Amino acid sequence: MRARVYVTLKPSVFDPQGRVVAEALHTLGYGDVRDVRQGKFFEVELEGDDRAAAEARVAEMAATLLANPVIESYRVEVL
Amino acid sequence: MTFAVIVFPGSNSDYDAFHAASAVVGAQASLVWHKDTSLGGADAVILPGGFAHGDYLRTGAIAKFSPIMAAVNSFAERGGPVLGICNGFQVLLEAGLLPGAMVRNRGIKFVSKMVPVRVEATDTPFTGACTAGQVLRMPIAHGEGNYFAEPAVIEALERDRQVVFRYVDEAGQASAAGNPNGSINNIAGICNAGRNVVGLMPHPERACEASLGSADGRVVLDSMVQAFAAGVAGGRSLA
Repeated sequence: MRARVYVTLKPSVFDPQGRVVAEALHTLGYGDVRDVRQGKFFEVELEGDDRAAAEARVAEMAATLLANPVIESYRVEVL
Repeated sequence: MTFAVIVFPGSNSDYDAFHAASAVVGAQASLVWHKDTSLGGADAVILPGGFAHGDYLRTGAIAKFSPIMAAVNSFAERGGPVLGICNGFQVLLEAGLLPGAMVRNRGIKFVSKMVPVRVEATDTPFTGACTAGQVLRMPIAHGEGNYFAEPAVIEALERDRQVVFRYVDEAGQASAAGNPNGSINNIAGICNAGRNVVGLMPHPERACEASLGSADGRVVLDSMVQAFAAGVAGGRSLA
């Protein structure tokens, strides 16, 4: 089974990398870009076929290691 | 007294800290590998600068699970003095021994330069030999030193005088011009509620001898030696 984890900075945390990417897009002529937030994406391969259990387990992994809850939030998707 | 300097794969200021603690300050120092589980009876712990575990995932995120961190945690819980420098500060934040987190420097760039840093609190084991408001010239060298915490946490840190070091300008003011990375309130270093765990982004161990451009950082390690001599920082029984 495969799960996806999306980790992004919380809205209250300024994202300097996203800002620079937005500025670069403006330079390239994409003037309609209002803002960019950069994040991380993980694909986790898991054994077993219990989707609910997998989702709970991957959420635990995200809270423990993949994301830092002080500055980041996460979303888990089981495929 | 003995300093234990923790060595993670990717630490690069470990020998600087070892040299400063031993050759410069004259204390005993030992290098402790991150896979060890004992601090070997040390009286104080230094988590050095560098890129522990390549800074993969997030700075300090993998290091907090290194086997030695269990010993560091219990040492800190018992009141043992722990100093996290640069990447070591990031490890302390990830490990939850200090509040908050680091994000990318506001200007994205890795900043490597000598900066003035004001001592805001002298009642920690690593600042006891400083005078309040003393400005130390120390180098910073980091890409992620932009200190962040939620407003309530910042408020509590300021109220409880847990901000130990602040970036200042040449006039000694904590101005925007004196802020090299965007840290909230120009925060360069903080301590925990017990005041025995201190983390800072500037490198005191790289500013311990005049030949390095500044000897101002030496007072941080001298403070620890003095605190140990005075018996206020615990002792061998801690480890």
